[in-house]
Amino acid sequence: MALLEVKDMTQYFGGLCAVTDFSVTFTGGELMGLIGPNGAGKTTVFNLISGFYQPSCGDIVFKGKNTRGLKPHKVTGLGIARTFQNIRLWFDMSVLDNILVSQYYHLGYSLWDCFVRSNRYLRREAEMRAWGMEILEALDLAQFADELPGNLPYGIQRRVEIARALSTKPDLLMLDEPAAGLNSADVEGLIKLIAWIHKEFKLSIWMIEHQMDVVMSLCTWIKVIDFGATIAEGTPKEIRENPVVIKAYLGDDAI
Amino acid sequence: MLQSFIQNIFNALQWGSFYSLIALGYCLVYGVLLLINFAHGDIFMVGAYIAFYVCMLFLGKFGIIPGMPGWLVLALAVPLTMMLTAVVGVTLERVAYRPLRRKGVNRLYVVITALMCGLILEHANLALLGASRRSFPTLIPTTVYNIAGVNITNVKMGVILVAILAFFFLRFVVVKTKIGMAMRAISYDRFAVPLMGIPADSVIVFTFVLGSGFAGLAGLLFAVTYPVLDPYMGALIGWKAFIAAVVGGIGSIRGAFAGGFLLGFVEIMVVAFFPSTLRDLIAFTILLLILSVKPTGLFGVARRTKI
Amino acid sequence: MKQYTIPALLALLLAVLVFVSMTGAMNVYWQSVLMFMGINIILSSSLNIINGNMGEFSCGHAGFMAVGAYVSSVLSVLLFAEGSVFGEALLPPHLAVFLFPFILVAGGVAASLVGLLVAVPSFRTRGDYLAIITIAAAYIVKSTIENINAIGGARGFMGMSKVTAAMNTTADLPWMIIWVFLGTVFSVWLIRRFIFSTLGNGVNAVCQDEIAAEIMSVNTNQVKMTAFMVSCGLAGIAGALFAHVLGYVNPGSFTILKSTEVMVMVYLGGMGSLSGSVLSAILITLLMEALRPLQIIKWIVIPLLLVLLMQFRPEGIMGNRELSDIFPGLKKFYRLKG
Repeated sequence: MALLEVKDMTQYFGGLCAVTDFSVTFTGGELMGLIGPNGAGKTTVFNLISGFYQPSCGDIVFKGKNTRGLKPHKVTGLGIARTFQNIRLWFDMSVLDNILVSQYYHLGYSLWDCFVRSNRYLRREAEMRAWGMEILEALDLAQFADELPGNLPYGIQRRVEIARALSTKPDLLMLDEPAAGLNSADVEGLIKLIAWIHKEFKLSIWMIEHQMDVVMSLCTWIKVIDFGATIAEGTPKEIRENPVVIKAYLGDDAI
Repeated sequence: MLQSFIQNIFNALQWGSFYSLIALGYCLVYGVLLLINFAHGDIFMVGAYIAFYVCMLFLGKFGIIPGMPGWLVLALAVPLTMMLTAVVGVTLERVAYRPLRRKGVNRLYVVITALMCGLILEHANLALLGASRRSFPTLIPTTVYNIAGVNITNVKMGVILVAILAFFFLRFVVVKTKIGMAMRAISYDRFAVPLMGIPADSVIVFTFVLGSGFAGLAGLLFAVTYPVLDPYMGALIGWKAFIAAVVGGIGSIRGAFAGGFLLGFVEIMVVAFFPSTLRDLIAFTILLLILSVKPTGLFGVARRTKI
Repeated sequence: MKQYTIPALLALLLAVLVFVSMTGAMNVYWQSVLMFMGINIILSSSLNIINGNMGEFSCGHAGFMAVGAYVSSVLSVLLFAEGSVFGEALLPPHLAVFLFPFILVAGGVAASLVGLLVAVPSFRTRGDYLAIITIAAAYIVKSTIENINAIGGARGFMGMSKVTAAMNTTADLPWMIIWVFLGTVFSVWLIRRFIFSTLGNGVNAVCQDEIAAEIMSVNTNQVKMTAFMVSCGLAGIAGALFAHVLGYVNPGSFTILKSTEVMVMVYLGGMGSLSGSVLSAILITLLMEALRPLQIIKWIVIPLLLVLLMQFRPEGIMGNRELSDIFPGLKKFYRLKG
């Protein structure tokens, strides 16, 4: 059974067709890229899959379950986590609290447990804390656990966001422009980090990225969209040489 | 039956006119600053009191100037009340809201300040003028026209007419004029507007002048229609007008106007067919239902959030 | 040993309070001030969940208080007081003391159910619209009470002093002081456990970035509903205590002015700070009493205070910090987490 199967997904905003007949299949363990010029509809694809928008037509099936009509938190609970283009951490909460709250779906105790501090509450809080620290340590963030995210450098904030997404225990991690705003040294670290996460956590990663060296060095399969329509897909080498892609990026007369 | 129904429609139109006039002020300020000016109902109350003193002055009751005929007093009181009330509104803006805006604080703090300013206005009035109610002088004799069994007074006609004119005037200002365009620009992006060379503060002051001016006008008309003034008169009617503005779709001039009349109709019809004590209960329940079904109000447009 | 310090101190405080009010060392006036202080602490710390932690703007706290006040009053009068309205008392008076906590809880549960009225629309709207919904809800509650003649309508409802008298048949203690004290401690304790758990931290996440919260697996609707129900339920308990302390209630006690008073406490204390809410409830209660001779001027001074506060220190007394953040030494006496 495929991990994620998206079939002919289409999204209209009013009269505008933001995404047309988008299809993709993850069998598990891929590292896929999604690229395209600005405004091509890449983030809309992520928003549709994470349940923030409901597709106008088409189906999204994750682990054999159709996610139509599910609220975003349910979709995340099923195992799709994502990061955001512009960092959306909870900035008035410590890094560790950020990681803890994003395990909300797997909370496993009720309000009543919380009031009476039942054994289940104590056990789950300890487990979540341990898992959160494990993630932070894995991503080399443990020393920032009690800091507010706003006080950290931008590159670290990006990492915290990835850690937060990982803490939901996803099977598919969607990264929305993870390298945006990073300097070249940070980008290199990021490439290593993503490759390491992919190997270590044994999950599928799907990323939107504008920096071609990141996409080309990490991804094994790349999809290109423009004006909502898929215009090409293939291995990095194929994409690099595809005239349609070059045209979409550079325009007609550039070659 | 039909007669009493038509009679009720006219009553509702008049009652809705007050709500509309006040709701328009809420809507203007909200539309531009995204600020619920909770003090607006109390500015309406202050307007009524200003109208009272202006009229007493011109009627010669204070002995400063000789008395004038009632129609002249009314003609003088309308612009004067609007101007003086606008001064109160602008003062609030300058003293309380602008410094907060300059500091760029959380929007909530401005809302709280507005709420507190309303309380201060109410109780300062109470402390200064005492709790005794004032009765507004009769300026023009009420003439009752009986058309096919429906009673329409000249005051009633005047109020409805003024509300409709105010609506068209404000709509004209916001949609057609240059300053209206600036107002709409501020509501989209308050920080980009000064960079484009638009004097944002003057535009905001102008907004307050308009909103408070029409609240003052509403106060005057209210006092002419129901000639008893007390310091708490603005609180309830202000809250209700605000709810009307929200139901209409806050930020939309059309919505505020329609919402005001809608609330007027609901209240008058409830009183016509049920015991009058149920008025608030049924009116608020209906409004709550409308909001649950259509959270952006009748004419409001949801702003799409981007991620 | 150290985790018993706070309970021991509280027990000592209660014992002292009971002792001084029984011996008459503290006069009735101060007793009532202290009781209102307790009630205000419950109100402000519970409203703080919505207006502080969740960052919403609820103006209708007095409405939920009214629900709790009326439900508990009707229940207690029905059970323990004979009067013109409900006739004979259903239960013998010596049970009053034992059943009173349940009556308080019943008031709280009723209020939290009415809180759903506000929570459900809050799923789809935020901020300004929610402010309106809470105001409307408060008016609906008040207007409903005014229209039910069986509980006195606009005149109000009384008979609760007979219930407090019935408690004295069991033991002659200043029962209302004890109940208010226990209610206050219970409420703050409950809120603390809620807010400092990961479950409660979801409320902060919703406040700071609702979209991120929903996408990071936080069930935002559930969070809002829980927060509203806890907050409104505690307001109901506060209302129930309020009704029994006064001995009578009327709808006029639960106006927007009352809600505003509670809001002043929340914002003075600092949004999202539990200890700030408690501190400012104490301060405002004392201030209100000190300003009582000024009568109407009081209602100019207090709003003015808040206006100035918003201008010069909008984060309130505590900001969003807790006492233990300022005095880390306090941490060893209680655990906030785990």
